[in-house]
Amino acid sequence: MPHTGVPARDRRIWEHPILTFRRDKKVRFYFEGVEVEAYEGESIAAALYAIGVDVFSYSIKLSRPRGAFCMIGKCSSCFMRVDGIPNTRTCIEPVREGMKVERQYGLAEVPSFSREEAGGEEVIETDVLVIGGGPAGLSAALTTAKYGLDTVLVNEHFKLGGQLLKQTHKFFGSKDLFGGLRGFQIGERLSGMVLEHKNIRVLLQTVAYGIFRGGWVGLAGKNRLYRVRPKAVVVASGASENYLVFQGNDIPGVMGAGGAQTLMNEYGILPGNEVVTVGSGNVGLIVSYQLLQAGASVKAIVEILPEIGGWFVHAAKVRRYGVPILTRHTLRAVWGGERVEGATIVEVDRRFRPIPGTEKDISCDLVLIAVGLTPDTRLFAQAGAVMKWVPELGGSVPLRTKYLEVSVPSMYVAGDASGIEEATTAILEGEVAGLSVVSKLQGLKADAAERRERLLRFLWDGYRASPLLSRARAGKEAVTVSEGEMSEVRRRYPPITSFG
Amino acid sequence: MKLGGGTHQLLHSGDGMAGESPSFRSAGIVTVENLRRLGLAPPENRMRRGPVAVVECPEFIPCNICVDACPFRAISMNKITDLPRIDWELCTGCGTCVALCPGLAIFVVDLSKPDKALVTVPHEFLPAPEVGEEVWLLGRDGRRLGKGKVVRVWERNKTWVVTVEVPKNLAMEVRAVWVER
Repeated sequence: MPHTGVPARDRRIWEHPILTFRRDKKVRFYFEGVEVEAYEGESIAAALYAIGVDVFSYSIKLSRPRGAFCMIGKCSSCFMRVDGIPNTRTCIEPVREGMKVERQYGLAEVPSFSREEAGGEEVIETDVLVIGGGPAGLSAALTTAKYGLDTVLVNEHFKLGGQLLKQTHKFFGSKDLFGGLRGFQIGERLSGMVLEHKNIRVLLQTVAYGIFRGGWVGLAGKNRLYRVRPKAVVVASGASENYLVFQGNDIPGVMGAGGAQTLMNEYGILPGNEVVTVGSGNVGLIVSYQLLQAGASVKAIVEILPEIGGWFVHAAKVRRYGVPILTRHTLRAVWGGERVEGATIVEVDRRFRPIPGTEKDISCDLVLIAVGLTPDTRLFAQAGAVMKWVPELGGSVPLRTKYLEVSVPSMYVAGDASGIEEATTAILEGEVAGLSVVSKLQGLKADAAERRERLLRFLWDGYRASPLLSRARAGKEAVTVSEGEMSEVRRRYPPITSFG
Repeated sequence: MKLGGGTHQLLHSGDGMAGESPSFRSAGIVTVENLRRLGLAPPENRMRRGPVAVVECPEFIPCNICVDACPFRAISMNKITDLPRIDWELCTGCGTCVALCPGLAIFVVDLSKPDKALVTVPHEFLPAPEVGEEVWLLGRDGRRLGKGKVVRVWERNKTWVVTVEVPKNLAMEVRAVWVER
């Protein structure tokens, strides 16, 4: 329980300049045998964090405390036993009345019972399977559905919208691309349209766990297994936050910047009071600004490079409120027991080596790690798609044509899974992938083809022409091949499965 | 969403500006000289005639929200990655762009009054300032430059647009306000 010794804290944000948190219905459940209160719509991890629980489990070998890190189901830091089921990702599991939640100590035991409510299995034949319910997936599904294609959208989380839901800042771009709206407003709009669309079947809390011979995809829902054979599949599986090596980097309170953003903006829970942010890319800058808005104090943003990583306008927003951005600095260590109590930062020389004697201790209870993202491309690798390591895009991503088809025929990529960019380009890529599916399944329709060319022109010659995006653009160029080159790739590395 | 992502472990090839990086890339603070050189700040005599926008957006962001926002068509771009080009004669200093700029990078400065300057800034913090209230005036580095009286407040999609009185010599320095109650 919390290091302050207060039995129950209230970390919920009750007043916020941008957001209104709906807390209509209380839910009671048991944590370590004690009844606790939460609100409907909260994840277990968020609800526990809100009342001051920092430790969700103890590690397997060294029994080190484990706390919140990514909060979107990617990092395994929040594994707990829920109603007897171990390794439940409590950050993407909603609270339910009467549920029993326990910390895990070390390696979990296999539960000795099977789920009573297990709902069997189902075979789904559909035109399109879209994997991922973030900006790219939503946009792809809306596009294929609009052209009358039966579309199944599968999403790990219990809510649609992906990382749009936690973006409170207004988006850049242009009016016709949702520019000027706040990210969560775009997320709500896209999710609403998807949920209302009669051609889209949405499977929430369902994981696409594998791709098999003959174009079969395996899905695991909460209580049901699905075998899907789509004519085309769009994978928009997003990305996960990068980690950083330093002493004490596993102490609860060391959190991904996106994880903190989830707590703060999706659930209205203040992730910490005094913050040190590592990394001055747009994510680090934006989340620092949002922490100020939520009432926290950001003591410093440290950046190892001689320059700020993100856009000037985002940096200016935090500088105006007195947040120092310390370039040529890095994090040396974080200390604390079951919660971060402080961090040591240090200046670095031109070769990024710490300069002895320049260490500074900062007392803080939250250290944000904002050092980039890695595309989640495991389904492509597993399906045998030809991959390429592209540092500019954050890791290993599938080769694709400009129409976003990868080397597995009728498999498409969109959004951060295609290489780290941002939500605006994810929405654009989602639509391009959707239109490519339409062209493939319905023949090249004039309006779809024209729209696709217009989007591609805007994406490559308009939006990505910004010098601020030159790095991502170079990365995307490096993995985009012509149809001819893709045929050659398929000849040399024959696909092990295909759709359609 | 992941806007760009951090670059902690990665070296990247500058910020896209030609030649050496301008100082705002390391400081997070843009100078008035820099803004003037890029055509983003109005000439002194225009500010003396009445309210006019100052657009602190020096980086070729792919964004043209201000172009559509301006009711007087005073802002233009040929392509989405251009810097905003402002026609200082068409700009009335109405502040619509202050509310709508996604980067919170636009301000309005008015040097037409004899004793005080008026500065209009975007504000997204609680509590929202009230007309008549004295608030802290913050510089681009967050320094408290004194206090000033709020003369106008309006809101659009949770961005408050706040006009405050500031000493004339601080008109190009004050870029935020802070309410302490």
